[in-house]
Amino acid sequence: MDYIIIIITAIFVNNIVLAQFLGICPFLGVSGKVSTSVGMSGAVMFVMTIATIVTWLIQNYILIPFSLEFLQTITFILIIASLVQMVEIILKKVSPPLYQALGIYLPLMTTNCAILGVAILTMQSNYNLMEGVVFAIANAIGFGLALLLFSSIREHLDLLDVPKGMRGVPIAFVAAGILALAFMGFAGLV
Amino acid sequence: MNQWQNFTKGFIKDNPVFVLMLGLCPVLGVTTSAINGLGMGLATTFVLLMSNTVVTLIKSLIPVKVRIPSFIVIIASFVTIVELVMQAFLPTLFEQLGLFIPLIVVNCLVLGRAEAFASKNDFISSVIDGLGMGLGFTFALTLLGAVREILGSGAIFGWEFVTGDGMLVFVLAPGAFIGLGYLIAIMNKFNKAS
Repeated sequence: MDYIIIIITAIFVNNIVLAQFLGICPFLGVSGKVSTSVGMSGAVMFVMTIATIVTWLIQNYILIPFSLEFLQTITFILIIASLVQMVEIILKKVSPPLYQALGIYLPLMTTNCAILGVAILTMQSNYNLMEGVVFAIANAIGFGLALLLFSSIREHLDLLDVPKGMRGVPIAFVAAGILALAFMGFAGLV
Repeated sequence: MNQWQNFTKGFIKDNPVFVLMLGLCPVLGVTTSAINGLGMGLATTFVLLMSNTVVTLIKSLIPVKVRIPSFIVIIASFVTIVELVMQAFLPTLFEQLGLFIPLIVVNCLVLGRAEAFASKNDFISSVIDGLGMGLGFTFALTLLGAVREILGSGAIFGWEFVTGDGMLVFVLAPGAFIGLGYLIAIMNKFNKAS
């Protein structure tokens, strides 16, 4: 039951992009086409889950026992940066087709604040390892959902006659605002 | 480019938020009021200024291949300093900014300036660039925070000039997107005119 609440909260009520404002850069950057947004969502899910597992283990078996919690930020970002590099190397060797699909999105992952954000949120919520993994996957699905909806909207926006000053990024932001408004309807769900 | 232009470019012409579109997560996340925007902006300015200073001083010592991880470690150290100082002296602001303080580490603006400017330019230019870009970022955050606070709760910097409820949507998440969208449109107009 707890898992279901975590999943629904993370995907709909507290959507990582539209309610928590994490991962805005890739949200705007790769949402031009539906196909690229699918690739990006896959890469985010992959890295986010692994990053949450590794940071959870480091936090609970190294940082807390030695009372080094103040090093959390610096440790986590180093872990994520090296993890991204490692995933890239392993994927290239083990599964070239998957590397082909996710390859170009992986380097962007280090500066995607959604990854670090979810890792820190997992620690702040005192989740155990299993809950943390569920939380990470649910957030990645939420990210994918928002990205997919938004890229479909933007593909249609290209065809519309938008007022001159609003073309490009401004109208995309207003569309994202309306999407966020729609997601607020889920607020009473949990 | 003289130093004065180098300093002022961050405000309008190359504003990190309205023109370069870097570091948008905190811009949307913390600007529920002008004072939060100002606090977040100044925290980021400090990190940007210090990281630019250190990067430009040790740029010749860092091997090219590991420069990005080295920059990240430098930035993360200053973020940790800001985190601890804020927690000690400004606990209420720290609570409100919450997650976005540690997330300054992954703010593309800070890393972007270290990589694109500080690692290629001399000491004075880099310091001025860091300060100018940081204050431009602060300006953008405070402006968006003020707009959202005025429309959303009829107040500015906590001073209420309209009693009762404002347009609540501007304090909530959708208002951040819509407000920023319109501000960018207005800024585009300004930049074209000048």
